Amino acid sequence: MTSSLRLRAGLVSIVLLAAFLGIWHLATRSSGTVAAMSPEYAKLMGLTATQGKSAMPGPLDVGAKLWEHLRRPFYDNGPNDKGLGIQLGFSIARVGTGYLLAVLVAIPLGFLIGMSPLLSKALDPFIQVLKPISPLAWMPLALYTIKDSSISAIFVIFICSIWPMLLNTVFGVASVRKEWINVARTLEVGTLRRAFTVILPAAAPTILTGMRISIGIAWLVIVAAEMLVGGTGIGYFVWNEWNNLSITNVIIAILLIGIVGMLLDQILARFTRMVTFPE
Amino acid sequence: MSTFDNPFDPDRNLRGGCECGQHRSVAEHEQASPALRCEPVESEEKRYEGVVASAVMRAMFPQDAARRAFLKSVGASTALAALSQFFPLKTATEVFAATGAPEKKDLKVGFIPITCATPIIMAAPLGFYSKHGLNVEVVKTAGWAVIRDKTINKEYDAAHMLAPMPLAISLGLGANAIPFAVPAIENINGQGIVLATKHKDKRDPKDWKGMKFAIPFDYSMHNYLLRYYLAEHGLDPDTDVQLRSVPPPEMVANLRADNIDGFLAPDNVCQRAIYDGVGFMHLLSKEIWDGHPCCSFAASREFITTAPNSFAALTRAIVDATAYASKAENRKQIAEAIAPANYINAPVTVLEQVLTGTYADGLGGVKTDAKRVDFDPFPWQSFAVWMLTQMKRWGQIKGDVDYKAVAEQVYLATDTRKLMTEMGLSPPTSAYKSFAVMGKSFDPTKPDDYVASFKIRKAS
Repeated sequence: MTSSLRLRAGLVSIVLLAAFLGIWHLATRSSGTVAAMSPEYAKLMGLTATQGKSAMPGPLDVGAKLWEHLRRPFYDNGPNDKGLGIQLGFSIARVGTGYLLAVLVAIPLGFLIGMSPLLSKALDPFIQVLKPISPLAWMPLALYTIKDSSISAIFVIFICSIWPMLLNTVFGVASVRKEWINVARTLEVGTLRRAFTVILPAAAPTILTGMRISIGIAWLVIVAAEMLVGGTGIGYFVWNEWNNLSITNVIIAILLIGIVGMLLDQILARFTRMVTFPE
Repeated sequence: MSTFDNPFDPDRNLRGGCECGQHRSVAEHEQASPALRCEPVESEEKRYEGVVASAVMRAMFPQDAARRAFLKSVGASTALAALSQFFPLKTATEVFAATGAPEKKDLKVGFIPITCATPIIMAAPLGFYSKHGLNVEVVKTAGWAVIRDKTINKEYDAAHMLAPMPLAISLGLGANAIPFAVPAIENINGQGIVLATKHKDKRDPKDWKGMKFAIPFDYSMHNYLLRYYLAEHGLDPDTDVQLRSVPPPEMVANLRADNIDGFLAPDNVCQRAIYDGVGFMHLLSKEIWDGHPCCSFAASREFITTAPNSFAALTRAIVDATAYASKAENRKQIAEAIAPANYINAPVTVLEQVLTGTYADGLGGVKTDAKRVDFDPFPWQSFAVWMLTQMKRWGQIKGDVDYKAVAEQVYLATDTRKLMTEMGLSPPTSAYKSFAVMGKSFDPTKPDDYVASFKIRKAS
């Protein structure tokens, strides 16, 4: 039953993809209607104007271009033109740094807050105010105070990925079942040992869920931040190609951003499964 | 005072001097000018050779009369050959070209991918930076505000900025007041008013009431020129039309999406809109003011004082590149050099149309205007005064402003003149010139009267 369900789902996916590509292809065919123009004028004009080519690239254009990129992902033509592999590498490195810093701060802090009802109540208003701020709103402030664009980008990743982790850690730690803590107390387990052997494993699934939400947000933000700051990264690539109005490359970048985001999410999903326990 | 004048010569200022002010007499001017002018000299090396040779010549024959007699009797080329027999002219030229070792060799220069930045960009692939002993990385930047912040943060040592930006930054408009300086103007002309194709019958600006226009930045020549143009046709740019600050690449997309009716934008964007069949060229900016500056090469005062030799070498490289770009025969090569994704990232055809001045106008015609964009590095202080008058006119500057002081602090005409002279180019002797914008002449000595003479302006 499950295997046939999987098969059927796969079939539907393929049919949907084919339908999407087909409609895309039809919708972006040349219109064919072109105003008459002299040959020397036509030589100075683009294909959109001379051959009625759609301004939106079709799936075949995108496929050809994608193949071109995949064949040489690591070329380096100078500071403003690098291969997609290098650009993705820069973005992932930035996300990784900002995210790890956030993990290092959010989890211990969340632990402390979660274990102390007083701190939890006292800090709650601040967290609630800071949490919904769009990460890009931090950008001008970061650029102004840090005075370095790449550190600013990392800071923005840090500040936006810290909140889901912090809140989930606080929640996970605070909602560990009272019975377990009471059992630990009766057995006279020390505070530190209690934190590591009872609370941490119990709260781990919630914490990991927070981390999973955070990596998603971090990946969303890096693209926007790099478009703003420029220099390197997949966001810069999108901006650079947008500058040249090359929609083909923009679509390729969108596709890759989606794939990398999915991979990052899957990695954390696997970790979550590792720490989940049946109750 | 020219670098080559002898400061111990008691006669120097007593005689009338020559028309360019660099020589002690008219005869000497005539003697030196073929070697000092940039145009008839083919290459850089030749130009430097000329400067060095004339300096040596003058040192050997301090008396004008004696030198002239010598030159007359043997001829200039024989004299030069004789001179190089016992004076190592070649070595002297090399030493001269490499004056003052730069304090900092690895520099970062930011640019916005438009053809205004041509000299800054082309200096990298065509080797102008390395010729002046620098290792410069030119970094593409997302927008004017970002380039401003990155230059202020010292991530860039120098940057491509819109000509009014260094004035605005120095005055603290839209940013903290930080003293900036402009050693060179990048380009003159080279902008245009593009309208959506559906407006091809509305060529009279009087019909433009209620339309939406895009400009690249508030502190830009584009903003001032468009406002000037509209106001001259009786439209108040603040109330009759909508002006929006839009990053250049988004202008074409917005024009296609019908969000705006037109724009006054830097080039390759104008031509790109035509190339993609979404707009037509209504007017080249040179028709508003022929020879107007657009973008500048700017650096903070701090960089100039901490690394004066690097700054001088950088300015020399830019001036050199600008001189190269000003020649029509080099333009095709430049278009190819700056088109790749590492630099402007645009189709070569578009850049060629902008730089060579033979372009499709978007209405089915091919037009030719060799001066569509031109390059002239000299930072006229009168340009700065004009921009300040427009900032005042449109309410960006509130209260009084000392036009002349600001212009002289930011636009480094004196330093650039000295460098250009050293390089064997002939800069103008004055930093002020009057010019006409849409037929109305501008007198840089009476900026306040100029502002007051406009009927349409923001009440301040």
